[in-house]
Amino acid sequence: MIKNISNLGDAALYCDFGSEVNKEINSKVIRYFKSIQKENIDGINNLTPSYNKLIISFDLRKKNFQTIKKLIENLNITNDDALESNKIKIPVCCDENFSLDIKRLEEKLQITRDKIYEKFFGKEFFCYMTGFIAGMPFLGDLENELRAKRLETPRVKVPKGSVGLTEQFANVYTFESPGGWNIIGNTPQVIFDSTNENNPNLINPGDVVTFEQITKEQYYNYNE
Amino acid sequence: MNKNYFEIKRAGINTTFQDQGRGNLYHIGIPFSGAMDNRNFQISNKLVGNEVNFPTIEFAYQGPLLKYFGESINFAITGDVKFIIRKKNDAIEGKCYQSFALENGDELDIISTNKSVYGYLAVSGEFDVNYQWSSCSVNTKANIGANNGKKIEDGQKIYILNINKNLSDKKLNYINTKIENIRVIQGTNFDYFSDEGKKIFFEKEFVISKLSDRMGMRLEGSKIENIVDTNIKSEGLLKGVIQVPADGNPIIMLSDHGTIGGYPKIGVVISADYDKLVQLTPGSKIKFKKVELADAETLFKLYDLETQNLISQI
Repeated sequence: MIKNISNLGDAALYCDFGSEVNKEINSKVIRYFKSIQKENIDGINNLTPSYNKLIISFDLRKKNFQTIKKLIENLNITNDDALESNKIKIPVCCDENFSLDIKRLEEKLQITRDKIYEKFFGKEFFCYMTGFIAGMPFLGDLENELRAKRLETPRVKVPKGSVGLTEQFANVYTFESPGGWNIIGNTPQVIFDSTNENNPNLINPGDVVTFEQITKEQYYNYNE
Repeated sequence: MNKNYFEIKRAGINTTFQDQGRGNLYHIGIPFSGAMDNRNFQISNKLVGNEVNFPTIEFAYQGPLLKYFGESINFAITGDVKFIIRKKNDAIEGKCYQSFALENGDELDIISTNKSVYGYLAVSGEFDVNYQWSSCSVNTKANIGANNGKKIEDGQKIYILNINKNLSDKKLNYINTKIENIRVIQGTNFDYFSDEGKKIFFEKEFVISKLSDRMGMRLEGSKIENIVDTNIKSEGLLKGVIQVPADGNPIIMLSDHGTIGGYPKIGVVISADYDKLVQLTPGSKIKFKKVELADAETLFKLYDLETQNLISQI
């Protein structure tokens, strides 16, 4: 349930579900997000679920903070149903041209690359949220041994498809972008497709993702 | 078909198609985008007899130089913009908030914005653009919107469909005034900052840095000291949100902002002041003034009423 609702500026509700980052709290956020989305409330023009917050933006011409707050407080949102989620497999190639930070990670984490891959591939990750750039999934949780800080100096350009690690999360760069995550490989899979307006994101909040290692040949033949 | 078009002889610095933007996509990672200065965007359309949310060409600082081919058409430019219309044997100094005619072979040279950032070009017809999620607005970062999600480039052609045959001249008496005081509601992490930091935020002047674009406006000035944590767990952002990263310099999120961020939010610019905020040029001074939610709501109603009033005068 929402712990506290405050205003973020004059045209948004800031719903606080707690301060920790875990699946339990995040699942509540996602449940609220999906329920409000289904309600199709006139005047709400954006919903941003994140680890433990949900921001609800509205059109100030149509609604104001108090009216939206009341609507949200009066929603009957059940916590019982299991969260709908898709299981998605993402192929990743760790050829040295793609695993830009694997050496750095070996040094930072004091384990070999084989051990890193062993702990990363085949494990189930939960999608906490998508965003920052279009379609980028924030996936958790990495095992403790794989948790590393961001690069001290972020890259100006991280290649599209790069798979990165930082702290307890993994993500995929849906297109070329600046960024500071530790890159361990690259996927040929399209994660964000702006031409598919109904469903542009392959991975959505609540989905379960596993990464599968593929060879260079499989990588280049993937989209044939 | 498609015989009416502009040939772009010079694209300008940041020239893009924009309309009202697209909502309900933050959760996917796509911001609103849309015209930075919504009032000037709407007025430009009304001056050429269009619906207020038709696609326009937004430019920043130096605008485009366009050569027109086709049947007679009207255009209007809004903002505070210097431009010239070059006819065969004549050159006319343009005026904002007024419609002008273009004939086959005329050139429209949008030289620059005067002490402001954004201007809008609307024509009495429809730019032939593609839409994504019901908006043509270009987001160059995700390559979404018209023109394959890219800026308008030198040499390209822009086609115009359904030209309005009834070319009546329209005019609005309006001066796009500037403001220095930007009104702000306290942010959700206001208490992350020291008393001295809070005081600096509301009392000192900041200077707008050159590193400002459609995504964000960076400010420089006295550093705002954080006494709790220079990071928060990443969460949603909105246009107008003011974040303060570890270096103590505020950044204001603008229309093409990243949808989530992990820096503490010290404040949010009120909706009534957003159009004016985006027009402030690098090097300008800016001061924040604290207002409460109820006042911000009233101020927006007044601002919106004023916009509707201006539109109805045309």
